[in-house]
Amino acid sequence: MQYDLSALIKAFPFLLYGAIVTIRITALSIAIGLIIGFLTGLARVWPNVIFRTIAGAYIELIRGTPLLVQIFIVYFGLPALGMNLDPFIAGMIAMGINSGAYVGEIVRGGIESIAKGQMEAARSLGLTYWQAMRYIILPQAIVRILPALGNEFIALLKDSSLVSTIAIAELTRTGQIIITRTFKSFEIWSGVALFYFVMTYAISRIVKYSEKRLRYGE
Amino acid sequence: MSRWAIEVNSLNKFFDTHHVLKNIDLRVSFGEVVAIIGASGSGKSTFLRCLNGIETIHSGEIVIDGVKINDIKVNLNKVRQSIGMIFQSFNLFPHMTALNNITLALQKVKKMPKADSEKVAFQLLEKVGLEEKAKSYPSQLSGGQQQRVAIARALAMNPRVMMFDEPTSALDPETVNDVLDVMKELAHEGMTMIVVTHEMGFAREVADRVVYIDDGRVIEDGKPEEVFYNPKNPRLRDFLSKVINV
Repeated sequence: MQYDLSALIKAFPFLLYGAIVTIRITALSIAIGLIIGFLTGLARVWPNVIFRTIAGAYIELIRGTPLLVQIFIVYFGLPALGMNLDPFIAGMIAMGINSGAYVGEIVRGGIESIAKGQMEAARSLGLTYWQAMRYIILPQAIVRILPALGNEFIALLKDSSLVSTIAIAELTRTGQIIITRTFKSFEIWSGVALFYFVMTYAISRIVKYSEKRLRYGE
Repeated sequence: MSRWAIEVNSLNKFFDTHHVLKNIDLRVSFGEVVAIIGASGSGKSTFLRCLNGIETIHSGEIVIDGVKINDIKVNLNKVRQSIGMIFQSFNLFPHMTALNNITLALQKVKKMPKADSEKVAFQLLEKVGLEEKAKSYPSQLSGGQQQRVAIARALAMNPRVMMFDEPTSALDPETVNDVLDVMKELAHEGMTMIVVTHEMGFAREVADRVVYIDDGRVIEDGKPEEVFYNPKNPRLRDFLSKVINV
């Protein structure tokens, strides 16, 4: 048996198109995840116990259930409540909510890793809690959590293959469709893997680069 | 204007069931320099932290420059602007240059324009002898230099009172004097200062009053010569024999 490179070359434009859909849904989910995650992380260290509890429950619930099931709940479950969502929107929302929980824990860890004296010094100068968070704590925390955030983005990009199950023609789904027509499993799946690798490697480089840019005083 | 810079009436503080500060009374006039001495764990740092509201208190009253700070209606952020706080571990903001450490609160709290805040910062850096370090990050400065930047940062807010929590305890011996010199200068300029310290030489030379705290109580409070040369309390005598002329 031989590796049929021409099959892969023929499939290339379609896989590229699928990869673009993967990038789009992942990028949008990351954006949603970052917003939810930062709010959740801040709520987790918030002096008020009600916010802390709600954020804690959200994180436990999301981390304790599979992303695939969460995607099904949003796409197949919500229509029962009268909410019909486009597959792309449903996938994006499910992934964003899922990622928010993980980002929330990362953000909480980052904030808690900053020495207590930083908050005390900021408050003793008359800054409010929020000003201290914004100008003193978060800028330092973000530098520390970048590697962990990078891991989360990479995991999310790979997990985006799960939305192939709700008929979104992203990279994995595109591969499946091509194989049903060409039967070139090995060629196409290795091509799909290569596409994923290039994308995750790009994220990894971008995170490394930002880490270098954001480091201070060395 | 009130009569006292700082007035503390029967202050009590607990950590869980541990009674750390017991019925502390203290009055400090404007321009006075008060050194607080005592063994580690005696409650002296906790006391200082209560005075600017970092730690909450359980009973009693703290009045700073006429404002009762342990009152839920009081705006602590406002009060804290008039209290400069210096920490043992400096607590400079590591992601900002020395200059920006000083200008941040001027811009964000006092809403001062950037150019004006930098002018103030440069004046203060010059005062502490570090104008050439304006663009340096804390990690590029020695401990003594960091502590002097921290003093400049606190002074920028134009405080009525400066509090020092063991300002030289984390320093290399050769940089201690640079910091003490800046503090002496402040004292001579008439700044009201409370200094928790192990530097008995500084307490003896610069302080107007020395307060000895032991086990959460003020045991002795008097002029340095009385406290150091004629201690009445046996525990203070014991403490002094351990820290002086070893």
